[in-house]
Amino acid sequence: MSVYLLRRLLQSVLVMLAMSVIVFVGVFAIGDPVEILISPDADQMERERAIKALGLDLPLWQQYLSFLGNALRGDLGRSFVFNEPALQLILQRMPATLELALGATFLALIIGLPLGLYAGLKPKSPVSSAIMAGSILGFSLPTFWVGLMLIMVFAVQLGWLPSTGRGPTVEVLGLHWSFLTWDGLRHLAMPALNLALFKISLVIRLTRAGVRETMLMDYVKFARAKGLSPARVTYVHVFKNIMIPVVTVVGLELGSTIAFSVVTESVFAWPGMGKLIIDSINVLDRPVIVAYLMMIVLMFITINLLVDLAYSALDPRVRLENK
Amino acid sequence: MSTTTANTTPAAAEPVATPKVEGPWRRFISEFAESKLALLGLIVFVIIALVAIFAPWIAPQNPYDLAQLDIMDGRMEPGTVGGAGFTYWLGTDDQGRDMLSGIMYGLRISLLVGVGSAVIACAVGASLGMLAAYAGGRTDTVIMRLVDLQLSFPSILAALMILAFLGKGVMNVVLALVIVEWAYYARTVRGTALVERRREYIEAAQCLALPTRRIIFRHLLPNCMPPLIVVATMQIARAIALEATLSFLGLGVPITEPSLGLLISNGYEYMLSGKYWISFYPGIALLVTIVSINLMGDQLRDVLNPRLKK
Amino acid sequence: MAVSPVANSSVAATASAPTLEVRNLQTHFFTRAGVVKAVDGVSFTVQRGKVMGLVGESGSGKTVTGFSILGLVDEPGRIVGGEILFHGQNLAKLREEEMRRLRGNRIAMIFQDPMMTLNPVLRVDTQMIETVLAHTKVSKEEARQRARDTLGMVGIPSPDERLKSYPHQFSGGMRQRVAIAIALLHRPELIVADEPTTALDVTIQAQILAEVQKLCAQTGTAMIWITHDLTVVAGLADELAVMYAGRVVEHGPVNETLDKPLHPYTNGLIGSVPSRNKRGEPLRQIPGMTPSLLNLPAGCAFRNRCPKAQDKCKQAPPLGELLPGRQARCFFPYNMPAEAAA
Repeated sequence: MSVYLLRRLLQSVLVMLAMSVIVFVGVFAIGDPVEILISPDADQMERERAIKALGLDLPLWQQYLSFLGNALRGDLGRSFVFNEPALQLILQRMPATLELALGATFLALIIGLPLGLYAGLKPKSPVSSAIMAGSILGFSLPTFWVGLMLIMVFAVQLGWLPSTGRGPTVEVLGLHWSFLTWDGLRHLAMPALNLALFKISLVIRLTRAGVRETMLMDYVKFARAKGLSPARVTYVHVFKNIMIPVVTVVGLELGSTIAFSVVTESVFAWPGMGKLIIDSINVLDRPVIVAYLMMIVLMFITINLLVDLAYSALDPRVRLENK
Repeated sequence: MSTTTANTTPAAAEPVATPKVEGPWRRFISEFAESKLALLGLIVFVIIALVAIFAPWIAPQNPYDLAQLDIMDGRMEPGTVGGAGFTYWLGTDDQGRDMLSGIMYGLRISLLVGVGSAVIACAVGASLGMLAAYAGGRTDTVIMRLVDLQLSFPSILAALMILAFLGKGVMNVVLALVIVEWAYYARTVRGTALVERRREYIEAAQCLALPTRRIIFRHLLPNCMPPLIVVATMQIARAIALEATLSFLGLGVPITEPSLGLLISNGYEYMLSGKYWISFYPGIALLVTIVSINLMGDQLRDVLNPRLKK
Repeated sequence: MAVSPVANSSVAATASAPTLEVRNLQTHFFTRAGVVKAVDGVSFTVQRGKVMGLVGESGSGKTVTGFSILGLVDEPGRIVGGEILFHGQNLAKLREEEMRRLRGNRIAMIFQDPMMTLNPVLRVDTQMIETVLAHTKVSKEEARQRARDTLGMVGIPSPDERLKSYPHQFSGGMRQRVAIAIALLHRPELIVADEPTTALDVTIQAQILAEVQKLCAQTGTAMIWITHDLTVVAGLADELAVMYAGRVVEHGPVNETLDKPLHPYTNGLIGSVPSRNKRGEPLRQIPGMTPSLLNLPAGCAFRNRCPKAQDKCKQAPPLGELLPGRQARCFFPYNMPAEAAA
């Protein structure tokens, strides 16, 4: 297990390095580095001084090494707009995004699993057809438009939920959370549902396909031949098997949920790092862009690693191979 | 579809059960038409495509021509008659632009970007996938590693990165979409080609010492078409949605060439004050477009997937 | 064939009430392409402590017959006629919950592929204990005890340790032993074994056959052994029922049936089995293909492939007792005394 973990960690470091090259080439080579790293308001003297100070007159590989060295020390540059370290800006906004993404994942599971299970167990019922049609819609609808419609219906027309913002937060462990207050929850509800929509469809489809496939397996028939109750067959024999793909995919999707929160955060003015990155791209605050990209790649790698570990905990066959 | 394709699609086309010799193309059409929903999707999509193509001739107004716009007609409700004397059936935006015309022109941009990027991505991805399958070895490994990397990365993030590096603009959006999507085609073609390669007819073609190019284009590629068509259909829908999303975020097409996403974005701030139509109708147009494509895609997948037969 | 003659003195066996009597069972599948009559008139009896071999080609309806007995026929299939009398009780009419209480308890089943019958994500102890608890009110500890004892009984070494393993940690033969142990947990009166040794090596097959035979004799369990392999049946079964296209075409004691088959199909099957004393001769094969169950020819389903078929075979022959204790569904059977005399 530890050898496996070590190998995975090494792989992760390599991917991080590859990504840093891509981001570096993207920001420093394709774009104009002077324009990127130096405030556009700077005059000619300042520019030249900055070019020297930033080492932009050095060969590209030396520049990359110093970029890498700074990055390792947690220095990803300062935001032009906020005049704060870019990394710090990202980290400040990360809890809000994580809260949104986790809320969405939670909703996807508690809504998607039962619906998918029903559709898989009773494929011919009209309710199942409705569920599946709904899931096609969930895949088709662009997230941002659904967000707008949610605001239009629940905030503007009905006035039940607040349209934007995060609401009051409670500080726990030094971080601010919305879901601990009623008003915070009301603020969280629409954005989380909006972000969850695609994942709900995904979970429904995965669960249904898994149930239908598993129901045909000999071991399910054998479980029935043993005289087990239908509930035990469904909730132990079938459910445990479909949880493997569902957990894997939902886990892997957590990364993409965080990435797609860019859209939801923009619609609902949710103060997370997704909204920050859009604002930063719009005003060309590139140190923040670089910091965001590096952070999100790091999160991706971490999530993939954790999902792999969870996967091996769920599937005994994988566990053996890795020993 | 040419006869070459007909003869070399054994997976999808045989066995022909009916005694009457029915071409696979005919069979394909009749099987596709089995789903009424898919047929509806096709009809709706054809209408949308026609509207988009002929927008300059059928739209009541040229929404890009500032001379035709009357700022006094701004934010009018659907159904009101404007200063220019014609009815704004879907209302106007803050510039006094007729929403119906805006949507027709917006569809042009959305479809152009969606279909254009899908075609380019398909060409790039299919070539690389074919190369990976045919060359094998290290070439295969490198290409497939790239595919894995690309697929493990959420599309929106990759697109954001590219637009952050390159800036806005229609061409950059298309480029971003191509970079986001080529991997799907590459994976599909490689998978199919690897299976087909091992079939006897390819071996026979190789024994005849046919040139590689001929084997790939006349034998392998036609057999990769069915799954490729399915992927392409789904990817067009995805590309349209992604373009709309990017434009909504203000990172897509420029304000001078508003796609559906940008129209929706423009109406966003007015929605909170109850002027829903500026965002609502372009959204419906976008939705209908995407759903119609997906309905077709779903049926295509069932019809073209030999595994689901019998 | 190496079966003790005592076990086969046919007529005596019918004296006591049979464990299972299947009468004219019909299980049809209502597919989009039409009604598939997978089982269409199957009748046979199984006596206490005896092994009944149910033989036929794939697609002849053997497995569906087995599933019908356990009430495990899934949509779009359904038992549409006939009776399955288990100690006189008609299983075809039982409610699902009543049937569930019988399954795995008084009637057990062993499946064909041991690699597929155990749930890959549950430990062996879980899968055994749940079976005990489904039918008896005992503590979990007692259930585990019984699971361990039964594992030992089917010849699994160090059962305590093996209980904590997952199925993939067992070899195919060991997995089938676990499946057999699960079937034996409640000392069932009837076991339906669906080709349980087909997927195994020949040596392991022989071991398992010997053990199953021993267990049946010890416990008085009746068994239906579904197979396509006549050589397995010859060494194991007491009675034989041969199925063709959803029907039993011949039913009788195993030795007499194999020595002097009545039905041309049985005759053809026996001819196509390689054996030592026929070395050098070409194997005879039955001409033609198994007919599609969707459109069976009217009359005798075998007539298109039958060397003895005549016009009369366009009517369906009934399953009749042609010789004492021996039934066949044929107008022109082989090995009839009259024919032998002529």
